[in-house]
Amino acid sequence: MTGLWVALATLALGSVIGVVRLRRDGKVRDTARADDRLATADLGADLGERATLVQFSTAFCQPCRATRRVLADVSGLVPGVAHVEIDAESRLDLVRRLDIMRTPTVLILDSAGNIVKKAAGQPRKADVLAALAGAVSHISSQNADEM
Amino acid sequence: MRADPRALRFSAAITTAILALVLVTGSAWPTAAQVLLAAQALVFALGAAGRSPYAVLFKALVKSAPRETEDARPPRFAQGVGLGFAVVGLVGYLAGITPLALVATAAALLAAFLNAAFGFCLGCETYLLIRRLLPAAKLEVPQ
Repeated sequence: MTGLWVALATLALGSVIGVVRLRRDGKVRDTARADDRLATADLGADLGERATLVQFSTAFCQPCRATRRVLADVSGLVPGVAHVEIDAESRLDLVRRLDIMRTPTVLILDSAGNIVKKAAGQPRKADVLAALAGAVSHISSQNADEM
Repeated sequence: MRADPRALRFSAAITTAILALVLVTGSAWPTAAQVLLAAQALVFALGAAGRSPYAVLFKALVKSAPRETEDARPPRFAQGVGLGFAVVGLVGYLAGITPLALVATAAALLAAFLNAAFGFCLGCETYLLIRRLLPAAKLEVPQ
């Protein structure tokens, strides 16, 4: 009998996890570590003039390819936005420092390299575009503070 | 190597049914559970080698070509993770360590169910976590 209950409990748990994942996967959220900055040296690539989309990928990652397509699209669409893809395995130092748990994880950096947004899972193009608008306004409000 | 995503979902659905059956029969009819789990472990091993019998069955049943294919490496890695849990579960059943058998089989069932019902590959996502804990566990990735 125990086995039956374990099976039912597992399927119920799986349903809850699945629904939560469907709703949260790829959601672009404000990151709690907004003070962390990534520089050209960290990325091994130049920052975008206005913003940078940093994608962490691994070889054993199904949605990484689709994510690459979305981000390449966005960086082609919005001038001054760079797309940098990082192989998580060869940069475990960054993975630990930035607390990356899954691939793909996408970070949105403002022009100074501040991490302003983070998405775990494949983000939708519209969400990335909206988040970029936020990242750019983040820059202009900073500039306003300095003036 | 490329994989048909429909065959992967189909395989995950059969795996879900088999593992649920293992759990259900485990207490009343342990021999059946052990044989089923051993068979599923063999299927996982074949799947990790890129020769999943369930995918072969799907190919025999469905003739149409998939609209798109996907990289076969992530699901193959996940089959290897499934094999690990199936072997631990089998040891649990054979040695009479019921909690071990139930937990390991349930973990494999959870991953198979998430894949079948939602298309999420839980096994694939353990890769980065394993690498974070064991930086030396880098796998050579055959293309």
